[in-house]
Amino acid sequence: MGNPNRAKAEKGLMRWIDDRFPATQLWEDHLSKYYAPKNFNFWYFFGSLALLMLVNQILTGIWLTMSYNPSAEGAFASMEYIMRDVEYGWLIRYMHTTGASGFFVVVYLHMLRGMLYGSYRKPRELIWIFGMAIYLVLMAEAFMGYMLPWGQMSYWGAQVIIGLFSAIPVIGPDLAQWVRGDYLISGITLNRFFALHVVALPIVLLGLVVLHIIALHEVGSNNPDGIEIKDNLDENGVPKDGIPFHPYYTVKDIVGVAVFLFVFSIVVFYFPEMGGFFIEHPNFEPANPLKTPDHIAPVWYFTPFYAILRAITFSIGPLEAQFLGVVFMGAAIAVLFVLPWLDRSPVKSIRYKGWMSKVALFLFCVSFVVLGVLGALPGTELRTTLSQIFTAIYFLYFILMPFYTRIEKCKPVPERVTG
Amino acid sequence: MKKQLLALIIALVPALAMAAPAGRLDPMQPDIYNFESLHNGARLFVNYCMGCHSAEHQRFSRTAEDLGIPQEVIEENLILSPQQAYNDQMRIAMAPEDAEAWFGTVPPDLSLITRLHGPSYVYSLLRGYYLEEGRAFGVNNSVFADIGMPHVLIDLQGEYELVCDPNSTEVRTIDPLKGTVANPRDCFRQVRAGSLSPAEYDQAVYDLTNFLVYVGEPSKYQSDRLGPKVLLFIFVFFIFSYLLKKEYWRDIKH
Repeated sequence: MGNPNRAKAEKGLMRWIDDRFPATQLWEDHLSKYYAPKNFNFWYFFGSLALLMLVNQILTGIWLTMSYNPSAEGAFASMEYIMRDVEYGWLIRYMHTTGASGFFVVVYLHMLRGMLYGSYRKPRELIWIFGMAIYLVLMAEAFMGYMLPWGQMSYWGAQVIIGLFSAIPVIGPDLAQWVRGDYLISGITLNRFFALHVVALPIVLLGLVVLHIIALHEVGSNNPDGIEIKDNLDENGVPKDGIPFHPYYTVKDIVGVAVFLFVFSIVVFYFPEMGGFFIEHPNFEPANPLKTPDHIAPVWYFTPFYAILRAITFSIGPLEAQFLGVVFMGAAIAVLFVLPWLDRSPVKSIRYKGWMSKVALFLFCVSFVVLGVLGALPGTELRTTLSQIFTAIYFLYFILMPFYTRIEKCKPVPERVTG
Repeated sequence: MKKQLLALIIALVPALAMAAPAGRLDPMQPDIYNFESLHNGARLFVNYCMGCHSAEHQRFSRTAEDLGIPQEVIEENLILSPQQAYNDQMRIAMAPEDAEAWFGTVPPDLSLITRLHGPSYVYSLLRGYYLEEGRAFGVNNSVFADIGMPHVLIDLQGEYELVCDPNSTEVRTIDPLKGTVANPRDCFRQVRAGSLSPAEYDQAVYDLTNFLVYVGEPSKYQSDRLGPKVLLFIFVFFIFSYLLKKEYWRDIKH
């Protein structure tokens, strides 16, 4: 027996459905009576755009799967078959490759929004953690998808990343072999990555997105002022600064979608390789286990973490440098999970935080971008030193956060949302 | 100043991304709408390259349709093997094992060669041959050192010898006053003329490279046709969605 006070339509077909399924209730809870702060700015477009990219990846992915051949012998040729012989195959494929990069662009901006306005702070810790889990699965999804074209960079990129498991003491080599399913990367690895990429991880991803949104709609959206609109209710119990998500934010997000798709289409139609950043040039050569490329670089969205991995060139006691690199790379992602408990500021939004938080976040962004550039370039001595400096800045942002957020002087927070 | 900086960054991005194999490259700007060039390139490719190199992802029929070549012309002039038909992929008869025995390596498929190394690489490579004693085919290459491929276009280009190293820093040094690059081409001296003049040979190699650029991404014609329509649609959609948003948001006071 469900909630007897559930919202139901008066009569007709909707009533018939509502008696059997909470359609009206769901519609009201998540759209027409979900009250979002009215002062969302530019940064608030990227959540809905991430959803758009997810749908894009799933739809184009389904159509790619129809013509793709997940075998070491046939994968590369089937990609070119899609590009040439399948009707609009080139468009579907470029939408998928551009979509992968586009997904990371909007997800990174979405995460930065959360960091700017303290959207991870109480009571939104679980939204942040579900979001981080989405990001983690997205990275696994992108990594496994990148292997499927079975080009040189697919093969050797996977070789490097799976090789990281071997760096783990004692169990490492066996673990890497277990992941590969073979002594080296082979058609067996390709087949299991295909299964994970098209079935397992998308299911997990969709589940996490549902959890992310349920958690968000339970506590309500944060806003650029970082204040709770639920603290100011009108006589009907509706937040004074809230507006129904539908129609206000649905129509607003559609404008964002149009602008985004314009840029997205320019890339798809005119620069699908994006100068080698979205599709790397060595991947136009079939995988060859006997020929190592001169320079192996991951796709741009992994390069910051790759730079951190390569920055660790020293060993500590019995711990080898390679293993420590893996640990630091893992820590660089793991530390984001505990962000809600590192920030001790009395205010949420960067608007009202002190100068130390502002400088720290700025330096963090700079270090992330610089590490991203360094991770894409072949290593030299100078670049390794730079990577070490910026890796230090990256981690200091988090390690020092409990201190600078507590001691700095914050500005007074307004009662009601501003502009 | 800002514009120049931007231009420099834009120019450097592909340069960084496409760390070319060793050797100097002459820039080559492809034009897949120059059909005369593409026709000539297709002819050269089939006659000179397809003895050893396939373009196995590309079909003869696709080439014909995209480049506007009649089926009979293709069947009479481009399909040289009796086992191949109009709709077949541009494969070759040479077995990989034989190729390995004859050349020491299997000649790569060329469907995607310009997407792999860039058009300038192919263009420069075919202009980079010079005579060198002791090599299996009597030639070496300034772009691809110790290349295993014979100079199949030697009858067209003629024979060249090297009088200086075109990859040396002295030759490649930029004149600080004029900003010009000393011409590395000056290092090549013709010792026997071919059936084409140097300018004609450059054009032939350009055409061949241009054809390979087309073969690398035949869908470019489709994306060039569809792109403007999609962008126009999204733009119109943007205008209406923006007006809709403004209409709804009129009653929200800040």
